[in-house]
Amino acid sequence: MKGNAIKYDKDNIDTDVILPGTYLKLHDYDELAKHAMEGIDPDFHSKVKDGDFIVAGKNFGCGSSREHAPIALSHSGIKAVLALSFARIFYRNAVDGAFLLPIEIGEDAYKNISNGDQLEINTEKNTIKNLTKNKEYQMKPFSELIGKIIAAGGLFKYKP
Amino acid sequence: MNITEKILARASGKNSVSPDDVVFANVDKAMIHDVSGPGVIKVFEKLSKQGISVDKLWDPSKVWVAEDHFVPSADKISAENIVQLSKFTKKYGIEKHFKYGMGQYGICHTLSHEEAMVLPGEVYVGGDSHTNTTGALGAFACGLGHTDVAYVLLNGKIWFKVPETYYFKLNGKLSGHVMAKDFILRIIGDIGTDGCAYRAMQFGGTGINEMSVEERLTLTNMTTEAGAKNGIIQPDKKIFDYLGERGAKNFTPVYDDAGSEYTKIFEYEASELEPLVAKPYSPENVAAARDISSIELDKAYIGSCTGAKLEDLRAVAKILKGRKVKIRTEILPAAISIYKKALDEGLVSIFLDAGVTIGPPTCGACCGAHMGVLAKDEICVSTTNRNFPGRMGHVESQTYLASPLVAAASAVTGKITDPRDLN
Repeated sequence: MKGNAIKYDKDNIDTDVILPGTYLKLHDYDELAKHAMEGIDPDFHSKVKDGDFIVAGKNFGCGSSREHAPIALSHSGIKAVLALSFARIFYRNAVDGAFLLPIEIGEDAYKNISNGDQLEINTEKNTIKNLTKNKEYQMKPFSELIGKIIAAGGLFKYKP
Repeated sequence: MNITEKILARASGKNSVSPDDVVFANVDKAMIHDVSGPGVIKVFEKLSKQGISVDKLWDPSKVWVAEDHFVPSADKISAENIVQLSKFTKKYGIEKHFKYGMGQYGICHTLSHEEAMVLPGEVYVGGDSHTNTTGALGAFACGLGHTDVAYVLLNGKIWFKVPETYYFKLNGKLSGHVMAKDFILRIIGDIGTDGCAYRAMQFGGTGINEMSVEERLTLTNMTTEAGAKNGIIQPDKKIFDYLGERGAKNFTPVYDDAGSEYTKIFEYEASELEPLVAKPYSPENVAAARDISSIELDKAYIGSCTGAKLEDLRAVAKILKGRKVKIRTEILPAAISIYKKALDEGLVSIFLDAGVTIGPPTCGACCGAHMGVLAKDEICVSTTNRNFPGRMGHVESQTYLASPLVAAASAVTGKITDPRDLN
């Protein structure tokens, strides 16, 4: 999976900035996408390309349980979020709803990846290649259950 | 095993579980509201297109519905959501739907205890992050997203990784000017907004035994702000009396086994706690109210599942009685039952005489929905639980989280005020 990084050099990117509360009443996925990241990056909607990845610090997606957050990112074209860590509800929403891959990275990758870098994610080898900088980083492997849910295509397709 | 582990073991049919075990737990109660409900309906539509049956729920008697975020309907879209929700409960035979304009209704987490919708020992999931609140009754209470709640509504179970437990012990009784809100802000200030990520936060000690049911609910409510999977307190006679008064019977409380293990224990002395606030833009950005008493405010907001329970309103009335507010102040009781009690006790008159605007039960401006959202650069002291950028309105507005006592004292002076410093 190849894509370009949109980097936010910031911890605790919360669901209120990923998808502000005033839009919680919306349930049209494409409409939600128009407001993705509005609280932190008003230009996000105009610059995001299909296949892009978000790169961020620790505790990404903290705050509310709103599934609108991964939905808005996924319908903006984001295929994965690479972060130092994730808040629990965002993480399971992303996986169980099969919206995007939440990928835990280390400090080395976080520091090294720049905005616009082209990345290649390999979830079988648990590696991330930075094609722009010719570097390779490790991602934290998914736990057994999470790996199975992702492989199945979401919680409803997973057979326990 | 401790209480969280025992509830999850029972619910997943296991003799014992340990932290990091993955279980599929049978759910005892599930809740949706006017934001997560339409989200679940959307998931049902997707499933239906994929050929997955959504004809009936696993058990409609275990599902209940609240209308709280955008009610009374804030605009056309939220009105449509309420209509959709009503059609959904009718179609699936859900009887416990608390509708605004039809008697008791209010914020879902408030109804969970006011109406004894959840009982000790149960596994309770809700389509809202502050579902953790209800753990103060001795239940495993956990917030989930739309897909997960849809899965629960159709299958009656959901996966959990058994959490590690951090135990927070409070020694001694809180003094009159310190509330549970100050204690939980102190904790979040110490451990950070991911300090309990994926973990259980359990509270105990003499300070918790002394604490009222409603104050305990403030603690578990804000475990969400420390990233916790659930907040929990072993139930006692106060809980049983509280639930009994609300018609609850036939439940099986669960307690820690002797020698229960906790991953980490934190100890606090009640006598050392003082009135606090969390400054913008994070609940962990904690300061003593006295240390930032120069901060001038535009507004005070007393509302939400965290800060508009009956005792919260009583605390506010204690301050506002015979005084006038100096800044715009709103009070929105968290449920109709609380509103009625506040009226009967004379609190509503005290609020009106002080100059406050009283609103209906709603999540309202706490989540930036409606009913007094903030403009650019407006500064608000609020009894709510989050102060992220844009949480209560404009991304450049500012929210100081505080206890009802601090919020009321600040409303009187127009600046952040420790209630002890009020003339």
